[in-house]
Amino acid sequence: MRLGEIITAAILALLAIYLMWKSTSLEIGYIRGEGPGGGFWPFWLSFIMLLSTGWIAVNWWRGTSPPSQSDEPVLDAYGWKMLVFVGGGIAAFVALIPIISMYGAICLFLIYYLKFLGRHSWFVTLALSIGLPIVFFFFEGAMRITMPTGMSFTEPVFNLLYDIIY
Amino acid sequence: MTITRRLMVLASAAAVGFAGMVGAAHAFEPKKPIDFVIMAGPGGGADQIARFLQSVAEKKDMTSRPLVPNNKGGGSGAEALIALSTTNDPDHTILVTLNSFFTTPLRQPNLGIDIQTFTPVAMMAVDPFVLWVHKDSGITTFEQWLETVKAAGGEYVMGGTGKGQEDSIVIAFMSDAFGFKVKYIPYDGGGAVAKDLAGQQIMATVNNPAEAKGFYEAGDFVPLLAFSDERIPGIDVPTMKEKGHDFSYYNQRAVVGAPGMSDDAAAYYQKLFADIYNTEEWQGYMESESLSPLWMNPDEQRAYWETQVANHKALLAAMGE
Amino acid sequence: MEILSLLGDGMVLSLQPLNLLLIIVGVTVGLFIGAMPGLGSVNGVAILLPITFLVPPGSAIIFLAAIYYGAMYGGAISSVTLGIPGASTAVATTFDGRPLALQGKAGLALVAAAVASFVGGTVANILFTAFAPLLASVALSFGPPEIFALMLLAFATFVGLGGDDIPKTILSICMGLVFAAIGFDQVSGAPRLILFDINGFLKGINFLVLAIGVYGIGEMIWTIYSTRGEITTTKAEISVGQIWRDIKEVGQRGWKGTAIGSFLGFFVGILPAAGATPGSLMSYGVAKMVSRKPDEFGKGHPGGVCAPEAANNSASTGAMLPMLTLGIPGSPTTAVLLGGMVIWGLTPGPRLFVEQTEFVWGLIGSFYVSNVFALLINLAFIPLFIWMLRMPFTILAPLIFVLSVIGGYAALRDMFDIWLLLVFGFGAFFLRRFDYPLAPAVLAIVLGPIAEPTLRQSLLLSSGDPSIFFTRPISGPIMVIAIILILLPLAKFLRQNKPA
Repeated sequence: MRLGEIITAAILALLAIYLMWKSTSLEIGYIRGEGPGGGFWPFWLSFIMLLSTGWIAVNWWRGTSPPSQSDEPVLDAYGWKMLVFVGGGIAAFVALIPIISMYGAICLFLIYYLKFLGRHSWFVTLALSIGLPIVFFFFEGAMRITMPTGMSFTEPVFNLLYDIIY
Repeated sequence: MTITRRLMVLASAAAVGFAGMVGAAHAFEPKKPIDFVIMAGPGGGADQIARFLQSVAEKKDMTSRPLVPNNKGGGSGAEALIALSTTNDPDHTILVTLNSFFTTPLRQPNLGIDIQTFTPVAMMAVDPFVLWVHKDSGITTFEQWLETVKAAGGEYVMGGTGKGQEDSIVIAFMSDAFGFKVKYIPYDGGGAVAKDLAGQQIMATVNNPAEAKGFYEAGDFVPLLAFSDERIPGIDVPTMKEKGHDFSYYNQRAVVGAPGMSDDAAAYYQKLFADIYNTEEWQGYMESESLSPLWMNPDEQRAYWETQVANHKALLAAMGE
Repeated sequence: MEILSLLGDGMVLSLQPLNLLLIIVGVTVGLFIGAMPGLGSVNGVAILLPITFLVPPGSAIIFLAAIYYGAMYGGAISSVTLGIPGASTAVATTFDGRPLALQGKAGLALVAAAVASFVGGTVANILFTAFAPLLASVALSFGPPEIFALMLLAFATFVGLGGDDIPKTILSICMGLVFAAIGFDQVSGAPRLILFDINGFLKGINFLVLAIGVYGIGEMIWTIYSTRGEITTTKAEISVGQIWRDIKEVGQRGWKGTAIGSFLGFFVGILPAAGATPGSLMSYGVAKMVSRKPDEFGKGHPGGVCAPEAANNSASTGAMLPMLTLGIPGSPTTAVLLGGMVIWGLTPGPRLFVEQTEFVWGLIGSFYVSNVFALLINLAFIPLFIWMLRMPFTILAPLIFVLSVIGGYAALRDMFDIWLLLVFGFGAFFLRRFDYPLAPAVLAIVLGPIAEPTLRQSLLLSSGDPSIFFTRPISGPIMVIAIILILLPLAKFLRQNKPA
């Protein structure tokens, strides 16, 4: 945790510097007769961000903030495993949307999560992972919000489905 | 004038219909909900028009799949132009545009948008601009206004929707032509501008009639000058042309298709919007919102884009953009 | 007295069978749309606009107003049960609603939200009926300097909101404000802070991307991590008796917050540039300040749910005021309603109140009726929402992830935003691990887009002279109060840290 605290602060400091640098492409000063320029607001607020990371670093050095005193690891074995399985699952879910459509991706994600992470019965898993996309599809029809349909091979399925709801 | 236009419309609509019949074997019908992108956020003038068009199509059941409005107003319309250029389904993606269709690619060349790659669909109308002041200012004529502005010596406050936007182009032209300076306060929409004119936070605006109409009818706003070719029915004020400057400026209310749209799909949408154009509802809407009809066929639209791009290039250059 | 008879006619109109049916359907539909994370009243109203062609305009707007009301009630539901603010107006509701739900008191939180919403809506309706034309001129007297002063006041009421770590709280606020500036500079009309030159940033970072990322993804992963996947909330009880006991508890502990929210929300809501979100945030801050036990706020105090919920309903009615009296939309939702009125052939503007008496008073009458039905329908559905919470966590968690993604997409319709939402979610998880408070960043991204333009508009008006904020009769006092509120905790902090 102690190492993690200063690394996090350093990353945020880099972010602040990057935002300051980006802001300089517009006027960051006070224009006479007009007030602040376009870069004024983000530049000086990023500057305060940078100062805050400095303050965090001081607290870290003096050991006054709880994370800088703790010897715990940032994430233990359970934490990393959880992050890979849950976080990775969500990332894969989003990555699949443009390929097999929103509904296909929801279905696979729910099967993965309920069956392999949740260890629920196949009945519960399939009921939810097939039922939910159907509910959402009618929601789409009623609300007139088009969800991503994926790559072209899903087209015949969606053409049929749209025939049903419209 | 109107009659000839209407005849032209009927003729072109008939021609399109005929072409549709000939090509009936592979005529296009939308198979998916149509992505109806709007180049502005919810609630503005462009959004109201888009939702009106959608409502007419819906009410008359004119499409086999619904038009799904999709507001993409970010970055002064850049968001919408990018969305259209990168769509993977150009046959089901159309856009309701305003003049940022011309100005945004000019002002942000790094977007790499070439509007001539877009597919012309329909020019529904053009929206004129009018100069408004608050009634408590006591100003009733343009000459009086000019005097006041010049006397204020740069302290006269006008509001608008931002540098490079339609109204700022008109204001820049005026200040150049008549040699005055104003303070220009940018707002995020025509409604906010009208509100601050009503509250006299600002002293004058250049706004579409539709956005100022309620206050005009209540007598709070006084129109001084129109930037149209002819006097606007219902708002009887002189035009810029009558004041000796050959200048008119309109906001286009047009529908365009995504780049790469197939010819069949383009023909379908051209016919659809020609049909909407001819409905009683749209004709009535144009009249009540003081829009001017300016129907064009697809080739004329392309030519119009070209002249508009050239015009805007010159106008923006004159503004120092 | 004339007003009362007009209002009476309006209510009779809205109690006609067709209108009453539309109100009940509208409120129910709105409730569920509002409960979806991502979708709020603006989506509900915009999407259902064309459906209203089937009925006369008077009934159509009643239907849309009922959806609007229902959605405002519904926003609290995802804030409490899922911990995700479904709309910016419901951010403050998560501060105490979520802790209550985790303590097994989701029922109490939902009842508090429903009752406070009802009171807020009713107070707003009465103020609206009595003072509409007068208040319209008040709304117009708020120019950019006044709105900026108000935003500063909203921040000031929130100074104490972050965690105990001062630099981390400041960092969080500034990060939110800078993120709010990404996209487009309204004054110069130039793109600004296009991070890594990715076009997706041109439209800026929507509040929802950050809020759903932080609460729907980050906070959920954090919950799984910190509980080792075995969540041990006490199961909430569902029974009529329990709801009745909850109502009584809300009456005892939430009345102050409700009262503050009802009035403050309404007055902030009628200002077209401000609206319901700052109203609900300020009400939360003020309720915390005047409470005898401010320490309990943020840990599950019913007053912390009542204040923002009363305020956001009150403000939504307030936002109708500039729309009906001036034809100026006070919020995106009223902007769409206004568009609807144009479609129906009405001219919004100052003449509407005079020329379309029946339409206007029918609508106002329907506010009262919608409000009663929204309360009843909401209370009736509370057991359903609590039942959802009793699902095993390994079912609830993936459902929340799916709702976050599908709701986020429905509102934003861009895969880029969904990826950004994931990045914020993972970032939030790690920042959470190191005790960075993130609520201030979410608030800042809501208030930033109002605060920065009004600051710069004001300074353009005054040619760069900052005294404009202090010399105007309305903004001056607001500025002074805001600055005092900001300086108070600072002085306290400096005194504490003085070497003895």
